[in-house]
Amino acid sequence: MNRQRRTALQHGASLAGLMLSLGLMPGVARAQAAGFNRAAFDAKSLADVLKAIGAGTPAESKDINLQAPDIAENGAVVPLGASTTLAGVKRILLLVEKNPNALAAAFDLSDSIDANVATRVKMGQTSNVYAVAITADNKVLFAQKEVKVTLGGCGG
Amino acid sequence: MATDPMRIRAQAQGSNAIVRVLMMHEMETGQRRDAAGKTIPAWHISDVTAQHNGKTVLTAHWGPAVSKNPFLQFTVKGAKAGDKVVVTWKDNRGESRTDEAVVA
Repeated sequence: MNRQRRTALQHGASLAGLMLSLGLMPGVARAQAAGFNRAAFDAKSLADVLKAIGAGTPAESKDINLQAPDIAENGAVVPLGASTTLAGVKRILLLVEKNPNALAAAFDLSDSIDANVATRVKMGQTSNVYAVAITADNKVLFAQKEVKVTLGGCGG
Repeated sequence: MATDPMRIRAQAQGSNAIVRVLMMHEMETGQRRDAAGKTIPAWHISDVTAQHNGKTVLTAHWGPAVSKNPFLQFTVKGAKAGDKVVVTWKDNRGESRTDEAVVA
């Protein structure tokens, strides 16, 4: 009886070891979609993202309105929105500073779109979120806010 | 694999139309591991385009950090009741889906 139990435990342990080594295998290469800036989405910080898309130095602006909750109970679904009354905004970015990759979403706006977009993102932990607006004359303006996350959305 | 339809609601408000879209997609982050400890590869919508009466008005690029079954809201200037709004998404596996709605 005891012996069997011991064997079972040993098997279990070796199986776990195998699983661990499988987990360490390199990730499958991700497909590259046209027009999708992989470098920007792989970047880890606001500065790196802006470098990847070739934008200038950001300046904080009160004209950018970032809609985000103070506390997100569920990090898997955090409503984020960005709007501005500034004219000539052609691009809006939403970033989460402490996610594995900072950039969450980028929106390219045409003239017939109001500079007001909203979506929902995942957040792994409490972090600053940024809304960045890039204007037609390449001004980079941003707003930031800290969102407290009580339950992470990136674990598993 | 078949994809589930989007829910699109386009509402006229003054001279603009507010469009709300709910897409059905897993949006796997590429961070999680399955029961065997293997990394689940990222699977997410990477490109979204919106057209208003046949003209592309909005393109969005998304990373895996956008929530599962993504929600998107935007405002089309100068859209009125009866106009057609078409939304298309494409994911990083090359699948895509297009749905349309009429501004009400």
